[in-house]
Amino acid sequence: MTFRGSIIPVLCVIAAAATIVILPQVVELFTIINATIYASMAILTLSLALVWGYCGIICFGQTAFFGLGGYAYAVAAINFGDSTPAIALALLVPTLFAGLLGYFIFWGRVTDVYLGVITLTVTLILYKLFNATAGDAYHIGKAALGGFNGIPATPLMNLPWDRKTTLEPEDIWYVAATLLCLAYAFVRWLLSTSFGHLMVAIRENEHRTELLGYDPRRIKLAAFTLGGAMAGASGILFANCVFVSPTMFSLLYTAQVIVWVIIGGLGTLVGPVFACFLLQMITAELGRLNWLNPNFVLGIILIAFVLLMPSGILPTLQRIYDKFSWPILLRTERRRPAQ
Amino acid sequence: MDLAAIVLDQILTSIASLILISIGLAVIFGMMRVINLAHGEFIMLGGYTVITSVNAGINLWFASLILAPLVVGAFGFIIERTIIRFLYGRMIDTMLATWGLSLAMVGAVTMIFGNTTSGVSTPLGSMAFGRYELSNYNFALMGVAIVTIVVLWSALRFTRFGIIARATMQNAQMAGSLGVNSAHVYAITFTIGAALSGLAGGMIAPLSGVLPSMGVQYVAKAFITVISGGSAVVAGTLSASTLLGTLDTGTTFLTTPVFGEVSLLIGAVLLVRAMPQGITGRLFKGST
Repeated sequence: MTFRGSIIPVLCVIAAAATIVILPQVVELFTIINATIYASMAILTLSLALVWGYCGIICFGQTAFFGLGGYAYAVAAINFGDSTPAIALALLVPTLFAGLLGYFIFWGRVTDVYLGVITLTVTLILYKLFNATAGDAYHIGKAALGGFNGIPATPLMNLPWDRKTTLEPEDIWYVAATLLCLAYAFVRWLLSTSFGHLMVAIRENEHRTELLGYDPRRIKLAAFTLGGAMAGASGILFANCVFVSPTMFSLLYTAQVIVWVIIGGLGTLVGPVFACFLLQMITAELGRLNWLNPNFVLGIILIAFVLLMPSGILPTLQRIYDKFSWPILLRTERRRPAQ
Repeated sequence: MDLAAIVLDQILTSIASLILISIGLAVIFGMMRVINLAHGEFIMLGGYTVITSVNAGINLWFASLILAPLVVGAFGFIIERTIIRFLYGRMIDTMLATWGLSLAMVGAVTMIFGNTTSGVSTPLGSMAFGRYELSNYNFALMGVAIVTIVVLWSALRFTRFGIIARATMQNAQMAGSLGVNSAHVYAITFTIGAALSGLAGGMIAPLSGVLPSMGVQYVAKAFITVISGGSAVVAGTLSASTLLGTLDTGTTFLTTPVFGEVSLLIGAVLLVRAMPQGITGRLFKGST
């Protein structure tokens, strides 16, 4: 490893840590809460970037796991009164759901667009299901599901096993931002393992991978389940800075995540995460204009990118960069020989 | 006895509306392999056409049977020429572009009409049946579904365009080398699919009212039906609608509407697990 190759990741870690610590000191609380929402959504984006961009699983229903994680957390936290077991349960529920759904999908040999349609449909059905849970008849233990309104009184996290000390919004920012960095590092690490290489092999040519003696169904199921777990974790964080409602399953949320991945660049990790932060800031600004509908803007952006820049911003920048082959700056770990 | 009649009426209505909301998608997807995620919004556009025309004093039947398909068909034609035709063969990109279209349409209609439900009263009144009332509009819905199916099937089976369209769908290159302009065929097919979605929206509008985001309610059901149906457009839609409509209504009667929809989903997932090619991939092979 060259000197430059090792210094850049270290610099990145230092920069990330500095941002996490300094941000709450310099901006107001409202911005911190927004940044926390963005960070939680970035974990969701990362899960889709992994599942879709690296394993070729077109999951258009990543928000199903996101919403289930949020709901499981809220319901469990209300019932237990302590967020520690609630978090564990809220990770378990979307993971199991993803595992079960993935079993049916991958063992049924459902591929590409069909996969997208089925996962999307599952999300939409969950959206309708949770919307319909209004009234006293729908409750789990002490937690009323609340239909369209969701659970406005979603409890905040507390310190592990210490139900008296709930976290402040700043603390949740620390948790969310740290978790985002950890998730990023984890995905990076995962992609460097032989499992990660298998995922990419399946994306490139599933048939050939199978003929080499691997079982693509298992690898895809593992990747899909992992993505579900990450999306669930993102849902827990989201529940802690907003609250859970059927909106988490809505078409707009699902679309947003896909738009971020597409715009950032399918098959990259940094691109989608940056696109996630950037586009949420833009949408928040546009949301202040009353006459312009955010759906409309998002739709036009998506159409424009598919027609004009289908590979996304980051790969396009990389292509331009490679074309001019600028010798200095940032040229570090890309172009590793395939292992 | 009365109850049985009511249940039968509900089941047939459910099947008829499933046929109507999925046939447009089945044409576009089954023949062109284009997954149109803006399908629900095409239905929504049909619904708004009817509401706007009726408010302007136009006859409801003229609006829903003729105007709605015309308007949505024209809109579909424009979309095919400006967006879809650049993306043939890129299924995922088509799906994303139509998704963008769906969001943009919801946004645009919200900006124009506002985010409220509007509607017209259901025509034809109702008919007493024992202790229950049956809405006559349900029979109109069944009638329109039957006519649509029969007309579409005959058109695909017996007309020149039907043969050309089926040939293009089986092998676009071969059809092209025999002198078929496949770009024309695609444009016309997409327009027909859009028009059928408009018809569905027009027929549904008096029942459920219209809302900018109403498409979501139908798009999931339509996709489940089309995927369960498999590759044959008419036979697939017919068989999948019958199966899923019965399942949905049956479960709804035993529990609540919510579980009806969930049972529809679970039924479809199990069906796709057992028959990955859909119903017509296993049974009724070679049908249209």
